[in-house]
Amino acid sequence: MKDTSHINALENEAVYIFREVAAQFEKPVLLFSGGKDSITLVRLAQKAFWPAKIPFPLMHIDTGHNFPETIEFRDRLVEELGLELIVRSVQDSIDQGKVKEESGRYSSRNSLQTTTLLDAIDEFKFDACIGGARRDEEKARAKERIFSVRDDFGQWDERSQRPELFDMLNGQIELGQNVRVFPISNWTELDVWSYIKEEEIEIPSIYFAHKRKVFLRDGLIWSHSDYVYQEEDEEVLERMVRFRTVGDMSCTAAVFSEASDIESVVAEIRDSTISERGARIDDKRSEAAMEKRKQQGYF
Amino acid sequence: MEVLKIATAGSVDDGKSTLIGRLLYDTKSLTTDKLEAIEKRSKKNGYDYLDFSLATDGLVAEREQGITIDVAHIYFSTKKKSYIIADTPGHVEYTRNMVTGASTSQAAIILIDARKGVIEQTNRHFFINNLLRVKEVIVAINKMDLVEFSEERYNGIKADFEQLMAKRDYEDQKITFIPVSALKGDNVVNRSQSMTWYKGETLLEHLEGLDLAAVSNVGTPRFPVQYVIRPKTDEHHDFRGFAGKVYGGELSVGDEVVALPSQTRSKIKEIYFHDKKYQTASRRSSVTITLEDEINLSRGDMLVKAGDLPTIDKQFTATISWMDSENLIPGKKYVVQHGVNKVLAKVATINHKIHPDYSGIDEKADSLGMNDIAEVTFKLNKPIFYDQFKKHRTNGSFILIDMQSNNTVGAGFIGR
Repeated sequence: MKDTSHINALENEAVYIFREVAAQFEKPVLLFSGGKDSITLVRLAQKAFWPAKIPFPLMHIDTGHNFPETIEFRDRLVEELGLELIVRSVQDSIDQGKVKEESGRYSSRNSLQTTTLLDAIDEFKFDACIGGARRDEEKARAKERIFSVRDDFGQWDERSQRPELFDMLNGQIELGQNVRVFPISNWTELDVWSYIKEEEIEIPSIYFAHKRKVFLRDGLIWSHSDYVYQEEDEEVLERMVRFRTVGDMSCTAAVFSEASDIESVVAEIRDSTISERGARIDDKRSEAAMEKRKQQGYF
Repeated sequence: MEVLKIATAGSVDDGKSTLIGRLLYDTKSLTTDKLEAIEKRSKKNGYDYLDFSLATDGLVAEREQGITIDVAHIYFSTKKKSYIIADTPGHVEYTRNMVTGASTSQAAIILIDARKGVIEQTNRHFFINNLLRVKEVIVAINKMDLVEFSEERYNGIKADFEQLMAKRDYEDQKITFIPVSALKGDNVVNRSQSMTWYKGETLLEHLEGLDLAAVSNVGTPRFPVQYVIRPKTDEHHDFRGFAGKVYGGELSVGDEVVALPSQTRSKIKEIYFHDKKYQTASRRSSVTITLEDEINLSRGDMLVKAGDLPTIDKQFTATISWMDSENLIPGKKYVVQHGVNKVLAKVATINHKIHPDYSGIDEKADSLGMNDIAEVTFKLNKPIFYDQFKKHRTNGSFILIDMQSNNTVGAGFIGR
């Protein structure tokens, strides 16, 4: 029999973090978007607790503007693994009058998710929310801790974060506070894709090249859809595209690609000169877009 | 792929962020959109060069003030290695940030401004990397372009730094000097055309050549139990696995082990990573272990090899780095988190404060403030199983948690 030395250092680290969450918190939840990062998290959680089941539920904050492929995928995964799935929807927050739908050219439900998320945390009294954010994604996220404490209002105080030394994670909090946990903090986009390839993890089909009706705006490729605001003079084209990052349809831009399998996707990411977040419309709003959203409780 | 973690240390304006930005730029790790953002911002700030520090300063306040506030993690990779750089800021909470960065790193880069040479802060940077036993230290003498790329200046600074080295406690530390200009790109990734007198490696060449096994601290195997896995399903009815990370050395199936604190003996029956069985669990692997005998073990307990026991004691003396704005005072109680084990601790005595300038003068103190480093004796409400930090970097370190704020207020390294 072999030894464990070939196991990826990042995988060992993530498994360790998952076990710390299960041991230190009473009501953890895994925030699941149906994107590749949260799918990777589910695989890592399976590994951390095998042969026991993952000891916490998944939660999807549903903007209602999803790619249908993502939702199908989500439901199948949950069913296959016998996991509990909680869905809370932005539409409900709008109906309750807590948030207002944005309007106009750049309208999106992406930032509205924060209210729905904070309400759900309150409803279920979650004390730890596990997310797939990575430090390499964005400058404000580069400053994020692995255990990141949020106050009663879900806010991130970037100026007074707890230092994290060696492997020791301090999850002590007061009632009402919660911790956002990022087990793949130290992974890069390429690390995630390489892992998906090695582990043969199934991901939604929109990550691979497919024909789609799109239109061009500000140098980005937008999906033609009822959920996405489109000017009359913005011409609909049919092109081979794929998505590098998957959020809500209104905030995720596609890339032109012929990469139809995981090998060619990994090769494409390795040679790419554009960052993953370069295709996120939500980050283009301003240089500090992510920092502002995080302060308000975005994950 | 190998992952090397590097901490940086330097004073304000020594050009840390610029050096990291230069590494990213010259290794072509900056993507087009990030580069465009830097160009846009540099222009807005009225610079006639590209300000690479903008690649790492992530918070609004940092960009506005042109300083780094909080530890940022930066990622890049070459064909050989993946690198994670902890960019640790050099002011207000400098010691805290530096200790934090060094604690997870195998290598450190200490920056010196060639115009200023070795200053008081350099002592501190070196002292901390020495205290934390970072094996590989690179002294980057930066801003060589502002001293006319003078070999004489470089040699003078090197000689000053070597005087510090004579006083250090941790002698296995390897130290390498490299003259660089982060702004102009000399000797960072590409060889300098202006310093042909320097025959050594560039910074990146040096990092690429580091042997990861050699820069890691190795000790005896320790296995703190993180979590007990009991599936209670039909298929795995009797499964009782101890999940945790192996530190210091390896553990293999058949090894005779002692469970602490009960001191019960057993043998390792199986080692799992996910659903696969292994003969040996390597250092730093997160495995699940089953034992031949039914013994009582829970989170915070530890498995060690028979005949290789750590110290089991209700008190210890440690060098601590204080990180909170509220002072540490004798008699006050804190939570000691030692790995995954938590115990209550009382500050018995502050033995003395340590001057991180290698002056050797130790000062009596009634309390400790932010950035202080001191030798402190603690009494615990129950025994922990520790090694001296010198012998075991993981099992010899702990953090202190304030019982009211729940914040991490200090870090400690056991031993005198």
